[in-house]
Amino acid sequence: MSDNSNLNPSLAELCIAACSEAFRGNGEVVATGVGPVPRLAASLAKLTHTPELMMTDGEAYLVEQPVPLGPRGDYQPKFAGHLPFGRFFDSAVWSGRRHAMVTPTQIDRFGQINLSQLGGTHKQPKTQMLGVRGFPGNTIYHPNSFFFPSHTPRVFVPGEVDMVSGVGYNPAKRIAGGNFSGVDLRLIVTNLCVMDFGGKDHAIRVVSLHPGVTFEQVQEATGFELERGDLRETALPTPEMLAIIARLDPHGIRDGVIKDNPPARSAA
Amino acid sequence: MLDKRMTPAEIVGQLNDGMTLGIGGWGPRRKPMALIREILRSDLKDLTVVAYGGADVGMLCAAGKVKKLVFAFVSLDAIPLEPWFRKAREAGQIDVLELDEGMFQWGLKAAAFGLPFLPTRVGLGTDLAELGGLKHVQSPYDDGETLIAMPALKLDAALLHVNRSDWRGNVQAFGPDVFYDEWFAKAATKTYASCEELVPAMEDAYPADAQANIVERCFISGVTEIPCGAHPSMMTPAYGWDMKAFKAYTDAARDPGEWDQVAARFVGANEAEYLASVGGKEAVAALPLPVF
Repeated sequence: MSDNSNLNPSLAELCIAACSEAFRGNGEVVATGVGPVPRLAASLAKLTHTPELMMTDGEAYLVEQPVPLGPRGDYQPKFAGHLPFGRFFDSAVWSGRRHAMVTPTQIDRFGQINLSQLGGTHKQPKTQMLGVRGFPGNTIYHPNSFFFPSHTPRVFVPGEVDMVSGVGYNPAKRIAGGNFSGVDLRLIVTNLCVMDFGGKDHAIRVVSLHPGVTFEQVQEATGFELERGDLRETALPTPEMLAIIARLDPHGIRDGVIKDNPPARSAA
Repeated sequence: MLDKRMTPAEIVGQLNDGMTLGIGGWGPRRKPMALIREILRSDLKDLTVVAYGGADVGMLCAAGKVKKLVFAFVSLDAIPLEPWFRKAREAGQIDVLELDEGMFQWGLKAAAFGLPFLPTRVGLGTDLAELGGLKHVQSPYDDGETLIAMPALKLDAALLHVNRSDWRGNVQAFGPDVFYDEWFAKAATKTYASCEELVPAMEDAYPADAQANIVERCFISGVTEIPCGAHPSMMTPAYGWDMKAFKAYTDAARDPGEWDQVAARFVGANEAEYLASVGGKEAVAALPLPVF
């Protein structure tokens, strides 16, 4: 089947395909997708266009066959290598041999991200979240991309994020003499569109709109001004990609990622 | 040769108010929870806790034992936000030094090597340096690069939970990942390890597993046998985490939301009583390892 017009993939599946493009041609780096959509995207990339990607079983072993999500039944992951946290910074992060796709709580126009706290002060935050985790090291050493299942101004915040947990392209944060050559923010995929950092001075730019979405709609859902790229419609996943996604997510965990699990193209 | 066997109470008796205490493991994995419970049964207070945090940090915060926390995250993984840590933070109850996960282990290594700091790029361009009072340092070589000087995280004591030990402190740790337990031990003046199994002589009991000796015995000051001592965290390959217990602990943070009212459930009057309350050794051994 080469004609996709009679397929109706879900928006989550479209996002998985769009996210997988972030890993295309990355070479022998650890592709880390945190959360179901980024993880399926990294796995899809490895099983289609970029087989040389490295990835873990979600814990500490390297696998050449991506591990399906959720309860495994009789499936046994096959370990090809070992990458425990005890070696993670030496091997993957501080060597730059990694590309992570994550979902921060906030992101601003500079690509600065926040996973630590919202509101209040550092001594007494209004809402304490996870902490900065590995974001400061990830963002100064290796490429990073982002997936957001709900594109709103609460995520794409005006001004700056409440606590800068990951490095962006904010000139005011560039300490003189610091080496920021590893800062490499790649792709942002949301439930509305795909963006990159290809605008003026790395400004965030919309590069494709999901079927039926307008640029104005995206701008409306964003707390800062977006650049308008050479806009295309985000490609639908092919039947081959959908089959791989279904095999990697046998329990349909992807169906719970985007509110109401809408189709990629509305019925209208 | 020194016999390093101690009781849990003797180990906690070696700790003092105001100490800087490192806790091994990572989030809900390989945590020396039985020793944490022993601290919770004691009068120890004003601790500076250094940990890749899970319920260890949450419980110590809830019980008011923590003056300052050095952390990169506190999480129960499947329950991402540690509820009691969150309460303590949102009440402004503790001082903090927030670090990146990699900086954190770098600080342990600086302490292990007896250095005042180790340089790193990590933290540049974020709010960490300003919030944590971390200083910059300039490379003295031609590159002149500006770096963050990650201060040594010197520990007065560290607590670990391992799979096996003998009376001399020859420990063995298994599972896919032993995290930074080695560096907690080396960063600390004294390290105390609880173990699932204490054997008379490691070279007789398990010589084939010597590669699992994650840290040499000169870094271990005391050992104590506490089967199921990581519960409710997971201890691969012996048992998985107890998500039911974590869920009850999480729910208790909302209702009643007062640690004093629930501490008995999550700490117990003693370890035997605690273990019985979660179904005993058999129930813990039957906890499945999680899949990811």
